[in-house]
Amino acid sequence: MHARTLYDKLWDSHVVRTEADGTALLYIDRHLVHEVTSPQAFEGLRLAGRKPWRVSSIVATADHNTPTRDWHAGIRDPISRTQVETLDANIRAHGAKAYFPFRDPRQGIVHVIGPEQGATLPGMTVVCGDSHTSTHGAFAALAFGIGTSEVEHVLATQCLLGKKAKSMQIRADGRLPAGVTAKDLVLAVIGRIGTAGGTGYAIEFGGSAVRALSMEGRMTVCNMAIEAGARAGMIAVDDVTIDYLRGRPFAPAAEHWDRAVAHWRSLTSDDGATFDAVVALDASQLAPQVTWGTSPEMVVAVDARVPDPDKEKDPTRREGMERALAYMGLTPGRPVTDIAIDRVFIGSCTNSRIEDLRAAAAVARGRRVASTVKNAMVVPGSGPVKAQAEREGLDRVFRDAGFDWREPGCSMCLAMNDDRLEPGERCASTSNRNFEGRQGTGGRTHLVSPAMAAAAAIAGHFVDVRRLA
Amino acid sequence: MEPFRTVTGLVAPLDRANVDTDAIIPKQFLKSIKRSGFGPNLFDAWRYLDRGEPGMDNAARPANPDFVLNDPRYRGAQILLVRRNFGCGSSREHAPWALADYGFRALIAPSYADIFHNNCYKNGLLPIVLPEAQVDRLFDAVRAFPGFRLTVDLERQTVGTPDGSIACAFDVDPFRKHCLLNGLDDIGLTLQHAEAIRAFEAKRLHEQPWLT
Repeated sequence: MHARTLYDKLWDSHVVRTEADGTALLYIDRHLVHEVTSPQAFEGLRLAGRKPWRVSSIVATADHNTPTRDWHAGIRDPISRTQVETLDANIRAHGAKAYFPFRDPRQGIVHVIGPEQGATLPGMTVVCGDSHTSTHGAFAALAFGIGTSEVEHVLATQCLLGKKAKSMQIRADGRLPAGVTAKDLVLAVIGRIGTAGGTGYAIEFGGSAVRALSMEGRMTVCNMAIEAGARAGMIAVDDVTIDYLRGRPFAPAAEHWDRAVAHWRSLTSDDGATFDAVVALDASQLAPQVTWGTSPEMVVAVDARVPDPDKEKDPTRREGMERALAYMGLTPGRPVTDIAIDRVFIGSCTNSRIEDLRAAAAVARGRRVASTVKNAMVVPGSGPVKAQAEREGLDRVFRDAGFDWREPGCSMCLAMNDDRLEPGERCASTSNRNFEGRQGTGGRTHLVSPAMAAAAAIAGHFVDVRRLA
Repeated sequence: MEPFRTVTGLVAPLDRANVDTDAIIPKQFLKSIKRSGFGPNLFDAWRYLDRGEPGMDNAARPANPDFVLNDPRYRGAQILLVRRNFGCGSSREHAPWALADYGFRALIAPSYADIFHNNCYKNGLLPIVLPEAQVDRLFDAVRAFPGFRLTVDLERQTVGTPDGSIACAFDVDPFRKHCLLNGLDDIGLTLQHAEAIRAFEAKRLHEQPWLT
């Protein structure tokens, strides 16, 4: 057999049948469900008199709308509450492999809890009505976001219709310098190929810098594949993957473990496999990244300056830059480290795992949030992440430094709950999108790593975390 | 789903690249558990001068006179002309729901984000891809001629002016075309292969028994 990429293997092993034009019926192993994109799908199923095909594929949680404080008070916003209660009712009616409702100790961001519970496994197809489903590709799974019609399709048929994407390899070799993280790596990739650079592709991340990342770091990288336009990002299986999964609640049990591991070891691109596109990056040359605009591709190194649209030749890009600068309230040529911030958000499916909180706490330890910063919020990705952080005393570190320690959820990544920016407020955020209004109407988002966000909280403006004395 | 065959309609130009789904329908409107009613909040933050929240009387809100869809000459537009990478960002199907609920039947752009592109087809909204140069030409034409209309013919895969002065061909995936032309329900089609799915499932569980 010819040499195959990891993507080829994942795709081929899930094709139920193929139409004459190449449209494939693809079998779905794991269906992650949350409250925002599922109600209309369950309703569609009901209206058509259909039942879920295999409820044991479903792992569900409420994360987008849930508050991050005063949990005893429940969900105050009646519309949000209805949405969460609708999920409760739908899961009650149909069942699921696992459901972590609001206030369950294992509740959390769906892309944090899937891997944490061992519900995401190598070789699986994983879908969710959420674009950041690409996160799960870190486990050599074929994982991608779908719309609500497709949520209904998977519920009803356990399959999706689709065509195979092209393949792209992004190789990052060399060692990431101290203070430069997975987040900086993926932001640099997006800066290089652009937010549409991966459109139509499934991206496999590889190279020694990627191999050296923990699972948390790999999830951060794959999470943002969609910010480069690729529905799916993935990373081959190695010891790091297998060590992470061992003993997780839904990982294969004793009698199946060895067999599963043997299979998972095959989930790498074969030597000699070819990709439709290859991008190579020298990780050793990277610096911490900060976005300056309203698209994740509008990113520079922390020691750089805000770019000048006049130097951009493409008129559409130039207008986009001008509009972004006006929205962000920035002028060309300004050093990034001169940009003062009002708020800090450490959380989201990109950066709310234990390692992210450790990195932020290491910067916060023994320091104080600047008096000019109105609020610096830390939102753990899940109940278990929060509990782990508290066992390690990280909550004390954050609280002593003046950070606000919250309950888990999506929170201010997309501001569907009460956590949001006010118009004009500027935020150092560890989330994934700096779109206009993303964190609140008129809010200004700068995407950074957890360590960089903590450093900005302390300094009151962006600062190179490598130089923080 | 309503079949899509031909549409002749007024064209509205939205001259921005990388329009994201948060801009198309901001998150506060995603709390609805319905599929309909998103049209009044399409492009909410650009379209109105105040901050939109669910449950507001949108007709009473101050409109942003500088936003193109508020220009009376584009009222009733059915075709939206946009720039590259339209619909990037989240997977929210509320974005095509809002566009369709507003009255759009087709989009024209040099490129779309993948998930959004896919979601459009599920809602009878045709996302036409044309080369950048042709899109430029359409932007020029729509600005030059008030009341500029285009006819989209899905069967023939053409888009052009009713008088034939502009005529472009576009590609469309044959399976999607078939579904759109006939207003077919994907799920019904897939369930015709229920036996193949069951057989696949049994084989998979035999080979990887941990995938329960």
